[in-house]
Amino acid sequence: MTFLDFYEYSLIGLLLGGLYALIGLGFVLVYKATRVLNFAMGEFMMMGAYFYFSATVLMGLPWWAGVGIALGASAVLALGVERLVLRPLVGQPTISIVMATIGLASILHGTAVMVWGADQWRIEPIVPRAPFFLGDAMLPGQLVWGFGLASMIILGFVLFFRYARGGVAMRATATDPHTAMSLGIDAPRNTAITWVLAALISTIAGIMVGAMTNVSPELGLVGLAVIVVVILGGLDSIPGTIIAGLIIGWIESMSVAVFGSGVREIVPFAVILIIMMVRPFGLFGTPEIERL
Amino acid sequence: MRLGDFVTDYRAGEAVLRTPVQRVWFAAFLAFLVALPFVGGQYITFLGCLVGIHIIATAGLNITTGFTGLISIGHAVLLGVGAYTVAWMANNGVPFWLAIPSGALLAGAVGIVIGIPSLRIKGLYLAVATLAAQFVLSYIFREWESVTGGVRGLSVPPAQIGGFAFDSDFRVYFLIMPIAVVAVWASRNLFRTRVGRAFVAIRDRDLSAEVIGIDIVRYKLMSFALGALYAGLAGGLWAYFFRSITPESFPLQLGIFYLAAIIVGGLGSTLGSILGAIFMTLVPEVLRAMVNLAAIVSPAAVVYVSPLREIVFGALIVGFLIFEPHGLAEIWRRIRRFFALWPFRS
Amino acid sequence: MRAARNLMEVRGVSLRFGGIQALDSVDLDVAEGSITAIIGPNGAGKSSLYNVISGMYRPAAGTVTFDGRDITRVPAHKRAGLGIARSFQNIALFRGLTVVDNIKLGAHSRLNTGLMSALLFRGRAAAEEEQLRREIEREVIEFLEIDHIRDMPVSALSYGLQKRVELARALALRPKIIMLDEPVAGMNREETEDIARFILDMKEELGITVLLIEHDLSMVMDISDHVAVLNFGKLVANGTPHEMQNHPKVIEAYIGKTDAEPTPEETDA
Repeated sequence: MTFLDFYEYSLIGLLLGGLYALIGLGFVLVYKATRVLNFAMGEFMMMGAYFYFSATVLMGLPWWAGVGIALGASAVLALGVERLVLRPLVGQPTISIVMATIGLASILHGTAVMVWGADQWRIEPIVPRAPFFLGDAMLPGQLVWGFGLASMIILGFVLFFRYARGGVAMRATATDPHTAMSLGIDAPRNTAITWVLAALISTIAGIMVGAMTNVSPELGLVGLAVIVVVILGGLDSIPGTIIAGLIIGWIESMSVAVFGSGVREIVPFAVILIIMMVRPFGLFGTPEIERL
Repeated sequence: MRLGDFVTDYRAGEAVLRTPVQRVWFAAFLAFLVALPFVGGQYITFLGCLVGIHIIATAGLNITTGFTGLISIGHAVLLGVGAYTVAWMANNGVPFWLAIPSGALLAGAVGIVIGIPSLRIKGLYLAVATLAAQFVLSYIFREWESVTGGVRGLSVPPAQIGGFAFDSDFRVYFLIMPIAVVAVWASRNLFRTRVGRAFVAIRDRDLSAEVIGIDIVRYKLMSFALGALYAGLAGGLWAYFFRSITPESFPLQLGIFYLAAIIVGGLGSTLGSILGAIFMTLVPEVLRAMVNLAAIVSPAAVVYVSPLREIVFGALIVGFLIFEPHGLAEIWRRIRRFFALWPFRS
Repeated sequence: MRAARNLMEVRGVSLRFGGIQALDSVDLDVAEGSITAIIGPNGAGKSSLYNVISGMYRPAAGTVTFDGRDITRVPAHKRAGLGIARSFQNIALFRGLTVVDNIKLGAHSRLNTGLMSALLFRGRAAAEEEQLRREIEREVIEFLEIDHIRDMPVSALSYGLQKRVELARALALRPKIIMLDEPVAGMNREETEDIARFILDMKEELGITVLLIEHDLSMVMDISDHVAVLNFGKLVANGTPHEMQNHPKVIEAYIGKTDAEPTPEETDA
């Protein structure tokens, strides 16, 4: 590998990592609010991408209408899921709720195949395709734009959580739902809002991924890879997720450069298996001190 | 109607089948299992074999997930380890009686390796480790061509014991079913002893379990390895039953199938493993029959079999978790209680 | 009271959580065959001390000696095997199991069945289970008068009975010492008297040393041989119940610096 290759693949990997961090943010939000690892997050991405595809390609609407429809439909979907699946399970062991999200993923995947078929579809990218040049490295335009958008969304969330009233309320609910409720914070509503926010993030990420590859029922597999990122980042840490996203993106890009694109799909999983043996709490998670 | 059970000594108090009535029913059930392939046709025998394999795998996952509370999403790939081990050995002249335990043990060993990272921490990490193992091992099945035959997979010669070849569903049935019965019996035994109780203790309250003297690390690993061993056993029988395996034989969806089986049957219930495995084996068959019927009207309906199956599996998981978290085993108990007192109370 | 050797000795134990000093160089002696009570307001560090003794927390400094052996670094799960049993402030029973199975779990560390034997339920497993059942029926279930609920799932029991099952689980270990954490919290007079009687019987009939955290001071004064008072993570006083009754440090711990007389029922739970 020449130095230029190394440089170029590294940059591509980091850009990809930014996207992973964005998807990871959706996981972290839900985890912080409910202690649930949502295995259906990838399927939310896929559904978002299909909503956008239906609006723009099937119905011929402009891109901004497509984004609006996709966001709206995803929000409705998330509210429905929260109402029909998650709320009845409040108070059940976490393991039950996690398994319910696995079931949910299966339902959404099957539904997508039923409605849109198993084929791959192309959607027109919103952002320009023209590549960027950074020194001698050529970077795909969509990836750079995607990275920029992802960074802005993540930054927005970090600021919201730190300073906005609603953000503080959500953090309070996450830390201690009972106390939060006694302080007049509507915990169930906050949980619902969290799911909607996560679905909106997934939709944006889903449209980006769909434009870079294709829209298909398997689009959600990216979500499973990002679970690795979230675990690596310690599950409850946004900075951890960002750094873990960049690391995984970089390792993935490098592995593709060295071993060919065949390994792409398993790199994150191989990495996590190795890392979990060394750092069981992830890189930034806090080992919980439990009260008996 | 059946009168109350009177337990006269402590041995009887510890027994699984407490009353003569229960023993008669159990004997009748075993007789039914023996008679099944004789009275049922080819199709029933085929389903019987499949159910037997699924029961073993489900019982294994129930030990790990239902009784110990450790979620495993990659159960399917552990069947794969057992199946590939058996297939490779069978093709290299290793006899059946050696290949089957080897497959189970190797799957158990792989289970220990996958389980290691999860030990120091809570359940979600294990779920992710098993997910990762699912993808990594599937990749190995596909790429390690010299051993696994790559994408084409391996074909498997029939199991043989002393010149007798188990080369039809009818014959394989009598290989699978006894092993399934023994596997279920063993898992039932487990939960009559300190080992099984320790598993449940970890699930229900893992810190106070430690204060009672349970070495959590050791028992979690043991539980996961045991579940993997059952999966490997089921996978080995799978290889001898289907006689051909490919990397596609053990997808993520199969792991979800088994998760659905323990939830539908009843988490933490041996009876639940049996009921769940039977139910989940029948669901796709019923769906296929329904779609075939629909195909008479509109031939295009056939493409809906696979997505419909996914939706139904997912809906069963979610639905049972919400409406009947103790699964079919609980429904079964309720029916029994009803008939135990019938006709004096309803 | 006869002089006895110390079954347990806590020496200079300190524990910090972030900026909070949960325990500050605490000493405690537990005489063999005694009932020793630890009292003090909420947040005084009583439960933290229990967690150090049972190995859930590792102290920053100090040692815990049990039965002549330094156990400060012994892993939590090995301490039960030495004869240390414990109940929890918030009941920590295994909800998915019946009363009998919960009690059997208490005996976990004195049983030996291994995995193979368990799967086959032959030899040791069967013999051991039968033996255990017999012991539990005689020594625990009868003793605590819970025969009528033995096959019920613990989740179906009242609060008072759950507390009693927890006691039963601790007894099943045949422990040398039993550490009770607020055994009568939330109980009425009658239930409290029952438990007090069981605790005295444990000491007198079964010869078990009892360590007790309790806010019900009248019960503590009635049954204890020795009382230790914790406040802000420090041992502020200790002695016989009689000496503690009007000890200024005790009054200070419970109601602050004042000369008011504390009522014996004073609790802040």
